[in-house]
Amino acid sequence: MAALTKEQIARRIARDLQDGQYVNLGFGIPTEISNHLPPDREIVIHVENGALGLGPTPAAGQEDPELVNAGEQFVTLLPGASLFHHADSFAMTRGHHVDVAVLGAMQVSERGDLANWKIRGNDLGGIGGAMDIALGAKSLYVAMLHTTPKGECKIVRTLSYPVTALGCVKRIYSDLAVIDVTAAGLLLRELAPGQSIEAVQRLTEPELRVAADLRVIDI
Amino acid sequence: MINKIWPSVDAALADVFDGATVLFGGFGGAGEATELMAGLLRQGASGLTGVSNSIGKGDSGLAALIRSGRLAKMICSFPLIKGGEAFQEQYRAGRIALETTPQGTLAERLRAGGAGIEAFYTPTGVGTEMAEGKELRSFNGVPCLLEQAIRGDFALVRAHKADRWGNLVYRKTGRNFNPVMAMAARVTIAEVDDIVELGALDPEVIVTPGIFVQRVVRRGGAH
Repeated sequence: MAALTKEQIARRIARDLQDGQYVNLGFGIPTEISNHLPPDREIVIHVENGALGLGPTPAAGQEDPELVNAGEQFVTLLPGASLFHHADSFAMTRGHHVDVAVLGAMQVSERGDLANWKIRGNDLGGIGGAMDIALGAKSLYVAMLHTTPKGECKIVRTLSYPVTALGCVKRIYSDLAVIDVTAAGLLLRELAPGQSIEAVQRLTEPELRVAADLRVIDI
Repeated sequence: MINKIWPSVDAALADVFDGATVLFGGFGGAGEATELMAGLLRQGASGLTGVSNSIGKGDSGLAALIRSGRLAKMICSFPLIKGGEAFQEQYRAGRIALETTPQGTLAERLRAGGAGIEAFYTPTGVGTEMAEGKELRSFNGVPCLLEQAIRGDFALVRAHKADRWGNLVYRKTGRNFNPVMAMAARVTIAEVDDIVELGALDPEVIVTPGIFVQRVVRRGGAH
């Protein structure tokens, strides 16, 4: 009954990224996706701090303090990369030029509302670029563990955490399942190996519809 | 003859006044005007409003200014970061005010400020805490918030190369907020790695034209 590891979630998402797409990756599991991009596809990674065409992590000793991603990790540029300032960078996200964004989540509602920037009851939260990216990406995917460490549902009817953006999430990739957000509600498309519809439903607050072609995630 | 090169950091910062709004470039340690920030700490102005993506880390730069009580207010997108205890302590003690703004909205408010646009409508933040107290209006069916421009009295920006006209080029992701902050301030002071002869920068690749820059200091020069 093992759930997917974070790396396996990242691998699963990477398979859905298409040749030629411009993709923004958030913190956490999404960052890991860049290590699993299909080598036969040209996928251009966007970072909010002003670059398109990010390459792999630099070798030890090759780090450049003036070349970092949104998580302040050292990165590299691929041939064809470009650099730009922050207003242009957010013109790309807010202006619907980025094809796919993958963000982490604290909660997702059945309408696709996203909460991922502030813990409930906290006075401070770092919003960063999440609000602009969430509403501006042509497709917003969420990568997350299905429940909190205490076993609470993170996929809920209505958000109880501070909102990042409303009605923005298109697909949820968790350690247990792949779920689409549709106008008719949540649609269970794939299950992690060893998981059952009933087990996933128990850990998901809204009712799940089940896709006619429900599959097991190929890992 | 135009010569925007200043002999020292301290001279370039001498007229920063109490209560000024200061724009600080930088993101994730890249593109920060560290020598100018250290100079501002020496200079002593207080009651400042700071505008920056984040609130600084550790005990240098913006964090040092905040820890020493020189800022009365911060406008930023990341008030809560690892290593950001200086801000959190001041904030929780009620010694610094905070305006959190989404990062893209922050960039656009600065760009608008530099471009002579007083306010603009953006969909970012609708339905969130960011909407509190802001006009909500729909265009083409898209609900938007009215956001106001930000302008600075001073901007402390970091660039790679400059010439004596103040033309700037940047290095990699060190560019970040620096160009829009340079546009948005009355006095933009650029801290650069290298000063080159006029004409040495290809006009096709200058990122910040010198019209947006008033003073240039070279890193590693005199205080």
